[in-house]
Amino acid sequence: MTVSGAFPRGESAIVSAATFGMGAAPGYSAMELAVQASLKALKNVGLTPGDVDGLMICLPDDIFSSLSMAEYFGIHPRITDNNRTGGSSFQTHCALASMALAAGQCDVALIAYGSNQRSASGKLVTPLRPSIYEQPYRGMRPLSAYALAAARHMYEFGTTKEQLGHVALAARKWAQLNPEASTREDLSMADYLGSRMVSDPLGVRDCCLVSDGAAAVVMVRADRARDLVKRPAYVLSAAAATSHRDITNMPDLTTTAAREAGERAYMQAGIKAADVDVVQVYDAFTINTILFLEDLGFCPKGEGGRFVAEGHIAPGGSLPVNTNGGGLSCVHPGMYGLFTMVEATQQLMGIAGQRQIPSVDIALAHGNGGELASQAVVILGSDAAI
Amino acid sequence: MHTSIPEKEYLAFLASGKFMIQRSPKSGRYVFYPRLAEPVTGDSLEWVEACGRASVYSVTVLHPKPPEAAYNLVLIDLEEGPRLMSRVDGIAADQVKIGMQVQVKIIQENGQALLVFEPRGAIQKALS
Repeated sequence: MTVSGAFPRGESAIVSAATFGMGAAPGYSAMELAVQASLKALKNVGLTPGDVDGLMICLPDDIFSSLSMAEYFGIHPRITDNNRTGGSSFQTHCALASMALAAGQCDVALIAYGSNQRSASGKLVTPLRPSIYEQPYRGMRPLSAYALAAARHMYEFGTTKEQLGHVALAARKWAQLNPEASTREDLSMADYLGSRMVSDPLGVRDCCLVSDGAAAVVMVRADRARDLVKRPAYVLSAAAATSHRDITNMPDLTTTAAREAGERAYMQAGIKAADVDVVQVYDAFTINTILFLEDLGFCPKGEGGRFVAEGHIAPGGSLPVNTNGGGLSCVHPGMYGLFTMVEATQQLMGIAGQRQIPSVDIALAHGNGGELASQAVVILGSDAAI
Repeated sequence: MHTSIPEKEYLAFLASGKFMIQRSPKSGRYVFYPRLAEPVTGDSLEWVEACGRASVYSVTVLHPKPPEAAYNLVLIDLEEGPRLMSRVDGIAADQVKIGMQVQVKIIQENGQALLVFEPRGAIQKALS
């Protein structure tokens, strides 16, 4: 298979993925949550913090997070990164880790995240700087940006509120199969349509949870991966693209840079969308799932609303999407991207319990940052996929 | 070099009642928000007064908890090309529609000059 874009396809793998404090974890700092998830992920494969020489971490409240964690663990990493592209940060960490591992620049990479936003503040914590050109108009950031995208999608393609609702309902049905998901009670279309409107067309049930939570993944080179774990999740590709910061400057509100990132990720992995067995997209809002399924090639542009309304993405559908329950129903501590990688890994390893998709060989984990601004895609594969 | 501090100059224009945007003399492309150089090319920019005609690219209506009234937030496409965030005044928040033709207006709000838009001509009459 051809390797394009010089990505070290299949040369490294995620060998462990763990979470901690899903939903509510009162009393912990963001760092303590990230450390808990990291210790769990390392222990799963018999490693300790002292083995980590590539450290990637993004915390909500600490722009020096990689230095902080290195200090906390008492380690001297050769590679550190706290790239902050919002929720997609961790996909970009994975891209760097893959290249650094393949080049021999590090041997064990840890990618970590933790946030106590729910217990600490009770609302979404965002590092978005106010813009003097936007702030006077009192949009809710980032919610109104996504509402503007949803309104435009409805205008151009006839997408309906009910179709957005199918995204929320599918996420909830998956969450009900996941004991770690923090919101699992039944959600009907009537509940969805009756929920309070916040920034039209998006209401309370179109929005992600405001939760605590932490995640960590451990990566090593492919040869070592086989010794550590039965089914490693090989990194077939990782690609990112950025198109703007503020929603005003997004060229086309109905097409995200996930199209560009996805095309590169597929090319590097040598696969196409149809080869993907399970999809994890960053669903901070219901419109996200529709936009990203279109931009990543799972349905034609403009058809996302109809696609989800036909039941394809819900349990039992033709394309399993956000099988952990997503940011809408599982967990959303502010930067959700690492959780898509955790779920993709668990699905690929065959350890996803009741929600396990049979015979997963290729899993896609997408991250979105800012106001649809940063898009990043990691494609993971089994032994069979290499 | 009259674009040395673009943001400051823009705000001074606005305070004096003028809505100024930038144009690249080389490409003819218009630019907003104000910048030191044209995006991508890095070419220099000059100030020009915007014609003020525009259309609504997208809209959301925010519903704060009562008693605060609902209000709209829009993305506006200027006739010259650039897009900006604003609000449409002079019409009920839920009557602002994508594609609506609007005209710029500079108002004073919270002690500062602020760009807003109002429905234009025939549209305004048709709605009243």
